[in-house]
Amino acid sequence: MHTTETPQSKTAPTGQNAKPTVIDEHIIEIVSDSGEGAQTAGQAFGTISARMGNGIWTVEIIPAEIEPPPRTSSGASGIRIRLGSNQITNMGNEADIIVAFNEQALLGREETGNLKKGATIILENRWKDHTNNVIREQYAEVMEHLLAEGYNVIEIPMEEETLKIVKNPRRGKNMFVLGMLSYIYSRDMELAREQIRFAFRKKGEKVIAPNLQLLEAGYNWAKNNLDFQYEITSPPISKPMVVTNGNVAIGMGIMASGMEVCAMYPITPATSASHYLSEVFENAGGMVHQAEDELAACAFAIGASYAGKCAVTITSGPGMALKTELLGLASMAEIPLVLVDVQRGGPSTGLPTKVEQGDLLSAMFNSPGDNPKVVLAPSTIEDCFYSMITARKIAETFRIPVLVLSDANLATGQQPYPRPEFKEEWVAPPYDQNPVPEGTIPYDWDEKTGLSRRIIPGQPGGLFRVTGLAHTRDGHVAYGAGVNQEGCDKRSLKIATFQKTLKTPRVYGPEEGDLLLVGWGSTRGAIEEAVDKARKEGLTVSSLHLKFLMPMASGIGEILKKFKKVITVEINFSDNPEREMITEENRRYSNLAWLLRARYLVDVDNFSNVHGQPLKPSAILEMARRELKKLN
Amino acid sequence: MFGVSIDNLLNLDQKYYEIDDYQSDIPRWCPGCGDNGILTATQRLLREEQIAPEKTVFVSGIGCSSRFPHYMNTYGFHSLHGRALPIAEGIKIRRPDLHVFVNMGDGDCFSIGAAHWIHALRYNMNMVAMVHDNNIYGLTKKQASPTTPKGLKSNTTPRGAVLEPLNPLVTTLAVSNVSFVANVVEWIPDLLFDVIKKAFHHKGFSFIRILQRCPHFTPHVFDPIMNEPDRLRLLTHDDGMVIPDAIKKIYKNVETHDPSNIHKAREYASDMETIPIGILFRDESIPTYDDIRKPTRPNTPSVINEALQQEFDKFGIKPKND
Repeated sequence: MHTTETPQSKTAPTGQNAKPTVIDEHIIEIVSDSGEGAQTAGQAFGTISARMGNGIWTVEIIPAEIEPPPRTSSGASGIRIRLGSNQITNMGNEADIIVAFNEQALLGREETGNLKKGATIILENRWKDHTNNVIREQYAEVMEHLLAEGYNVIEIPMEEETLKIVKNPRRGKNMFVLGMLSYIYSRDMELAREQIRFAFRKKGEKVIAPNLQLLEAGYNWAKNNLDFQYEITSPPISKPMVVTNGNVAIGMGIMASGMEVCAMYPITPATSASHYLSEVFENAGGMVHQAEDELAACAFAIGASYAGKCAVTITSGPGMALKTELLGLASMAEIPLVLVDVQRGGPSTGLPTKVEQGDLLSAMFNSPGDNPKVVLAPSTIEDCFYSMITARKIAETFRIPVLVLSDANLATGQQPYPRPEFKEEWVAPPYDQNPVPEGTIPYDWDEKTGLSRRIIPGQPGGLFRVTGLAHTRDGHVAYGAGVNQEGCDKRSLKIATFQKTLKTPRVYGPEEGDLLLVGWGSTRGAIEEAVDKARKEGLTVSSLHLKFLMPMASGIGEILKKFKKVITVEINFSDNPEREMITEENRRYSNLAWLLRARYLVDVDNFSNVHGQPLKPSAILEMARRELKKLN
Repeated sequence: MFGVSIDNLLNLDQKYYEIDDYQSDIPRWCPGCGDNGILTATQRLLREEQIAPEKTVFVSGIGCSSRFPHYMNTYGFHSLHGRALPIAEGIKIRRPDLHVFVNMGDGDCFSIGAAHWIHALRYNMNMVAMVHDNNIYGLTKKQASPTTPKGLKSNTTPRGAVLEPLNPLVTTLAVSNVSFVANVVEWIPDLLFDVIKKAFHHKGFSFIRILQRCPHFTPHVFDPIMNEPDRLRLLTHDDGMVIPDAIKKIYKNVETHDPSNIHKAREYASDMETIPIGILFRDESIPTYDDIRKPTRPNTPSVINEALQQEFDKFGIKPKND
């Protein structure tokens, strides 16, 4: 800790501006107490950068409470923005620059290894000479630690400068910071002003004007006082793009799919998708129903869908757990249903605001008895949009529940992607109200495919009773031995039939080699970035990313067998095999590893944790190096 | 009958429906079960109103009463224990053309589905909900339900039910947006029929609690009120329940009750000695959730496209030279 020389922090260096340093990419974090607007500033900064053609990925740092105690390392609220000349697919490794509104929030990020060695820290200086001596001491202590660790700390009078323009610095410091960052990264100020006007559009000119002033103030302050500036060039944008987070993309996808009803109950981190839909779904003829509980939300969706209006219910893991009896009903009664699970850390209420991919097995097997359903997972923000269209189509074609597994990483991550071009075939046709042909029965299962005709209330001649009990082809309750066997058999056949439509996923990198990393969902960008780096080092690593988890496409087993070692990369729990008590007979694997081992009889290993953080490419790369050393 | 030929089906408007047209499977309820009377009254209503079977959906939960949809030749949804109401709400929300009926038992509605019951009252969607209240869990073989009288022996209360029963009428009348509450007994078929009919014509969520005998497990639970007809208080009003003269001869305790008076309704509901029969409360002015949430635009491809383009613009980045 203690070094012989006394490092100094830089207090507002009065450097003159040299030419900006051109860089390929940077990771920036803004952290504050909750409610100080770090995320608003960061999202705006990300959008401005995307509009300039940079690749971006933003990820929010969210405490579980609305307003946790101020100045605590665990209560830090903030955002990370990764910028690059090219496409960015994940949140990256450690941050290059961090802007902190207080030293405790900063410490929370530093202690958890989120800062690069020697990273630049831009720190609010008002705590330094605070009237409260406890705060002064805390500040001094952290400062000593940061300098000893070799960070480049710059103390800045953010509050003082902000107070020149607004009365409440908690509602303004963030735009001052946006201005500073706009200078540091040579952002187009006209785009920045436009972004502020957009972000505060609902609040009117009274709010927009001071925020524009703060932006300029931050910019000028940085220009006059900082001795560094960067530029991240990018190719000009050639086609229209949109920038959204995953939850907004899901909301847009729901609109685009022609679904009409979204029934939900508030749960983090899924709710923002419903917030977005509540604002805009009615423009597309849809509605959001906030039900009295998770069960009612799912039941409401099933009712709407039974009546011909395909519906979606949006939740997170604990909510899906509550909906399981209804998922079983939808499966048994063959009612189309789309369920979105924006996964968070488990078990139980777990880590409400943090990422995990721990719901895969529970999504597949979560109801009593045999309950075939389709499970798929988008891997990018763009994929969140298209997955909803796909999910609606599968649900209605196969009259089956389709579970879409997103997660907290995709939910708040922002990424630019090509503006979708609307196709009429995305939308479901109007529900059928024609008379049902004579002799039609409700579960007239096709012998080969298990499919049967969907009959919708209102159709003359189609009268039948839906039941969650075992039933015959004509919908009558029956408990005979053959009846339940046949029903289960036919419902399961639909999965096999659907599986025939799936294409074998493509291997990222060569199709054979030493090590294959297999992932699913939001980890795709981090895994592929690690693979790129590993291959540059001459390591024969490839990766495979699965979108369809139930059923899995044909050909995956053959791919696995072409590699000496296969490891799944996932954010969910697995036993540490090095523990004394853990043996091959009791070891519990991560979700996907269980599935691959069971289906393909390949000795698949796993790399997983439940830290509640998105996986860093550097951690995956290190693991790959380690594993290859063991192999060779 | 249906399914004879498409030509006939297209002329449904001209068809006169007989009771038989509404009958499906032969009920498998026990002989003497009060559910049979409720089924008959309901079929009579559909015949009298000449409701097209394909425009009707009966939704139920789980329990003896919830076999109801299987015995109606309409569309039917025999769902999960406690979940009939939210499923019915989902069916109704975008299908105003469908007549939705919900049949539940006392355990179904007042226990496992209690949250949905309270909120269904608050949503006030246009449908008829009947609770077949036999004061016991029947299908699972005699366990105490929320309405089981204190002291009644059941398989889970072998020394007698230990708690005072829930008063579902008082609870119902306490929920905001409540718009129709009636109480009736299955052993007076004319009154049962008339109350279901009034419920059907009410715009909003019509809640009917029906006292219903279970010949196996609670055959004597209603003896006190059956043996003393004066313990039933028949509520009537100008456009309230119609009481035939023959019934007035047996049940002499008839009172005029203004169903817009919720305080009086609560008073009747709270009376443990005299059971109110008829419409306790009715308010047609309460907005229904199906009306409040009525779509303002159709979800046609062109409308969807227009809405999407607006959103893509909001989040869009254009090429520089555009």
